[in-house]
Amino acid sequence: MFKEYTKITNIIGDIIELSAEGVTYRELAAITNHNGDTSLAQVIRIDGSKVSLQVFAGAKGMSNRASVRFLGHPMRVPYSEDLLGRIFSGSGKPIDGKPEIANAAETDIGGPSVNPVKRVVPRNFIETRIPMIDIFNPLVESQKLPIFSTPGEPFNELLARIALQAKADIVILGGIGLKFDEYIGFRRKFEEGGIMDRTVMFVHTAADPVVERLLVPDMALAVAEQFGIAGKRVLVLLTDMTAFADALKEISVAMEQVPSNLGYPGSLYSDLASRYEKAVDFEGAGSITVLAVTTMPGGDVTHPVPDNTGYITEGQYYLVNGMINPFGSLSRLKQLVIGKVTRDDHGAVMNAMIRLYAKALESKKKISMGFEKTETDEKYLRYADLFEERFMDLRVDIPLNDALDLGWKTMAECFDRFEIGVKKEVVDARWPKGA
Amino acid sequence: MIDSSLTTGHVVGINGNMMAVEVDTGSVVQNEVAFVKLPDSKLKAEVIKVIGKKCFLQVFEDTTGISVGMPVEFTGNMLAVELGPGLLGQIYDGLQNPLTLLENKQQFFLQRGQYKEPIDRSKKWDWKPLVAVGDRVRAGQWIGEVPEKFITHRVLTPLGMHGTAVVKKILPEGAYPITEKVAELDVNGKTVTLTMSQEWPVKKAIKAYKERIYPEELLITRQRIIDTLFPISRGGTSCIPGPFGAGKTVLQHLISKFSSVDLVIVVACGERAGEVVELIHEFPEMKDPKTGGSLMDRTIIICNTSSMPVAAREASVYTGITLGEYYRQMGLDVLVLADSTSRWAQAMREMSGRLEEIPGEEAFPAYLESRIAGLYERAGLVQLHNDKHGAVTLIGTVSPAGGNFEEPVTQATLKVVGAFLGLSRKRSDERKFPAIDPLDSYSLYIDQMADSLNKNLDREWTKMVHEAEELLRRGAEIGKMMTVVGEEGISIDDLVAYLKSEMLDFTYLQQNAFDDIDCAATIERQVADFKLLYKALKTPFSFETKPEARKFFVALQDNFYQKNYAAESSPEYAKFVSKIEEIIVSGGGRLV
Repeated sequence: MFKEYTKITNIIGDIIELSAEGVTYRELAAITNHNGDTSLAQVIRIDGSKVSLQVFAGAKGMSNRASVRFLGHPMRVPYSEDLLGRIFSGSGKPIDGKPEIANAAETDIGGPSVNPVKRVVPRNFIETRIPMIDIFNPLVESQKLPIFSTPGEPFNELLARIALQAKADIVILGGIGLKFDEYIGFRRKFEEGGIMDRTVMFVHTAADPVVERLLVPDMALAVAEQFGIAGKRVLVLLTDMTAFADALKEISVAMEQVPSNLGYPGSLYSDLASRYEKAVDFEGAGSITVLAVTTMPGGDVTHPVPDNTGYITEGQYYLVNGMINPFGSLSRLKQLVIGKVTRDDHGAVMNAMIRLYAKALESKKKISMGFEKTETDEKYLRYADLFEERFMDLRVDIPLNDALDLGWKTMAECFDRFEIGVKKEVVDARWPKGA
Repeated sequence: MIDSSLTTGHVVGINGNMMAVEVDTGSVVQNEVAFVKLPDSKLKAEVIKVIGKKCFLQVFEDTTGISVGMPVEFTGNMLAVELGPGLLGQIYDGLQNPLTLLENKQQFFLQRGQYKEPIDRSKKWDWKPLVAVGDRVRAGQWIGEVPEKFITHRVLTPLGMHGTAVVKKILPEGAYPITEKVAELDVNGKTVTLTMSQEWPVKKAIKAYKERIYPEELLITRQRIIDTLFPISRGGTSCIPGPFGAGKTVLQHLISKFSSVDLVIVVACGERAGEVVELIHEFPEMKDPKTGGSLMDRTIIICNTSSMPVAAREASVYTGITLGEYYRQMGLDVLVLADSTSRWAQAMREMSGRLEEIPGEEAFPAYLESRIAGLYERAGLVQLHNDKHGAVTLIGTVSPAGGNFEEPVTQATLKVVGAFLGLSRKRSDERKFPAIDPLDSYSLYIDQMADSLNKNLDREWTKMVHEAEELLRRGAEIGKMMTVVGEEGISIDDLVAYLKSEMLDFTYLQQNAFDDIDCAATIERQVADFKLLYKALKTPFSFETKPEARKFFVALQDNFYQKNYAAESSPEYAKFVSKIEEIIVSGGGRLV
C-alpha cells in the first residue's frame, strides 16, 4: 500500500532529501540501505515534491539508492503495563535482550499541550530524604525542576537517589547522550534498589546517532502521560538536556536555519518548553513530575541552554562541588507545601538555618581576609561545619521531620535561643529540652 | 471590500508552522485568515507573505499530517476578535477561543482545530438604548448600554465606519442576546444592521476617538517603589525586564490585583502554564479593592502558554491590546499586562527564520523595533467624541537572555516606554522584593506628571522624591567605598548617609508580597509614610561614634519596618508613628 522510493537526491548531515508525493508533515519513513541496514526517519520539511527527512540512525554510509518507504503516521511509542522493567534505545527498540512489546496500544509522541484551565494548583510534597531538597527547596508533585551542574559533578547519582527514595508509582528515565558507564550505573542502582519493576528506561548513549537524542524526551514523556492519565504518579528523569539542545542545534544547522544565539535555533525556548510543560497534575488522575539535568557549559548559567531552561522550569537545584548549593537553588512551588502539608515549624527552620549559614560564610570570608576571629565568629564557624556535615553532604539520608529536629538540635548546639531570629512561639514549642 | 469568498488554494510546502500555498482562484489579502483542510480537521492560518501566486501562511496549530495538495480556503478577513458584552471574567487562548469550552475525549488536552464562539450567544443582556431614530452617529459612538459585571458596557457603532450615519431603527429597553439586531443605521444610503457585538482585526489599532491626550494622572499600583519613585501614568507604558527568578511574575500578579483601574487584561504569553493556573484559581476568590466584587469579574485572561502553538502566541498580545482598546472606547480605564513580550518577539523570530528573511541582531527580524513600538503606541489616554476619557496602560515584562539588558528586545522596548522598572539578580538574591533596581530604573512620568502629583499628593512631592533618589545614589557610592576601605575608612557623616539610604531601601522600597498588609499600600498611606520617612532622612543627626549611629538607626529602622505591618489608621500604626517621631527628636531632630 505504501509506495517505495529508491532515489535520494541530497544527503546533508543526517538529513536526506528526495522527490515523493502524498507525504504528510512529520510522517515516519522506514529506510533500508543498500547493505540491508534499516532505520526510521521523519519528515521535517516538504517543499513541493521535495521531501526532507531526518534519519534517526544517521546518514553515515547512506547510499543514494537506499529505499525509503513512508509509513503514513508520525512517530509513535507503544504503551502498556508491559513496558515496566524494560529498557529501550533512542529509537524505541528494546536493548535489554528481551522481545519487542507485543499488542500494545500506540501513542503519538509530542502530543498536544494540556489545557491550562484543566490544570490544578500543585499541592503534594514529594519527600526525597535529602535535607537540602526537603527542607530548603522541597520538590512538589507535578513540578519541573532541573539540576544545574557541570560535567564531573555527581548529578546522575543524585537523580538515581531521588528516583529510589521519592516513592513515585512509576519512574521513567530518559537518558540523552549518556556514557555507557552512566547507563549501567542507573540500571544497577535501580535493580539493587528494587525499583526496576516500576521503571521504564529510554536510553540514548553517546555512541548512538545524534538524531535519536531528539526522540528520547518525547518518548519518555509520551509514555509518562499515558501512565499519568491512568492514575499513576510518574517521576520522569531526563539527563542531560544540554545534550538534547545540542542535537537540536546540529539538526537546525544542517537545515540551514538562521541561528539565534551561539548557534542554537531561535525556537530553543519553545522546544524546551514543550517538553518541560508536560509536567502536570491531572485532575482526578495521576501526575507527571520532571527532574532533569542541565549541564552548564563552562559553568556559565547565562549560556542559552541553562538560561532558557531557567525561564521555563519552576526553579532549579545548583549542584556545585558535590553539594546542593542553598543560595542559588530555588523551588518556586515550595510555598504551596511548606507549613501547609509539612510540619508547622518547617518555614521557620528553613529561613533561620539559611540565614545563619549565610552569616557563617560571611564570618569565614572575614577571617580569610585576615580580620580577627571573635567569639561570635567561633559560634558561626562551628555551625557552618555542622551544617555542611549534617545537611549538605549528599550522603545524608533522613526523612524531613528528622531533618527538622536535627536542625533545631544543631542550632541549639551553636546558639542561644534568642540569636536565631525565629518567632518566640515557635522557638518555645520546638527548642530542644535541656539545651 | 474585496470579495475573496471564492479564493481557494492548495498546499505546496510545509516547514514547521509555516505553510506555502499556491492560489488556484481569486485574490489574496495580506494577513487574511485561511483554513487548511485535513482529513479530520480544519486548521486556522494567517497569510504573512505573498509572492506572485504563492503565499506563505503561519499555521496557528501543530502542523503534523499536513500534506502537499491539501485544499486551503481563504476567508478574506484579517485575524479578528469578537467584541461585545460577556468578555469579562473569560479565559481565552491567543485566538480568543474560550479555554473552558474546549473539550476532547480525555478532557485534559488542547485538541487542535477547535474554534469556539468567544462570547456566549444564549445569555440575555438588559439593553438600554442611548440614541433615538434620526440621530446622527459616528464610528465607535455609544448607541446603547448593558450592565456587565461591575461596569456599564456601552454598545458601539462599527469602529471602522467612515463619516457619519443616521439611526433608522433602535430597539427599546429589554433583555436580548448579543446576536439580536439592536439597531439599523443608514450609512451613505446603505442599511447596516447592528448587534451588540462586532469584530475587529487585532493587528489594527482602534482609533474611533477624538484625540489622544497627554497622560498626567498617576496609575496607582500600591507598590511603593513604583508609585513613589518610578510612577506609571494612566495611559502610559512601562516595561519590567529581569532575569529568571527575579520576581517578574509575582510583581505582575500584584500589579494586576491592586491597580486602581476599571479592568485588567492579563496576557500570559509564552510563559509557564502553572502561573496562569494560580491566577485562574486565585482571582475568583479575591476581592477587587475597587468594587468589592470578585477580582475575576474585572479581569480577562489571554493565555497562550509556552507549550501552546507559537503562531497563536504572536497573536495573543494583539488580542489582549485590542480588547483593551475596545473597553477604552467606553470611557474606561484599562490595564494590559503582557507577560512576556520577549516570548512574543521570539515567536516573530521563529517565523522570520522560516521565511528566510535576512536576520538582524541575535537573529531577530529587522522589523522587531517597529513592531514593539507599534504595540506600545496602542496604549494611551484618549478623549472620546463625547469628551469622556478612556485609557489603556500597557506594562510588558521582558525576559532578556542571560539577564543582559543589552539584548535587542529590551533595548527596542526601552526606546518606547515611559517607565523602566529593571529587576536585578543581585537584589533578588538578597531577597529584596520587588527586586526593582532603584539606581538603574527610571520613569519619565514623574516629571511629566509633576503638576498633578504636587497638587494631589503633596506640594513638595516631586522634590522629595528626587532627593530620595539622590540619597540612594549617594548611599550606593558610600557602600562601594566601604567594601574597599571598611567602615573605619569613612567619616561619620558618610556612615549616617549610608544608613539613611539603607533605611529608605529596607523600609520603603521593599515590600513583603506574602503579607496581607504590607503587600499593598494605598496612595494615602504612601504619602503619609513617605513624608514621615523623608523627615527622618532630612534630619541632620549627629553622633559621637559610629556604633552609636548604628545603634540609633537599628532602632529607627525597626520601627519604620514594623509600621509596615500595622494596618492603616490602626492604633498600632499610630503607636509606631509617635515612637518614630520620638526617636527622631532624641537623635537631635526637631519636630515641626
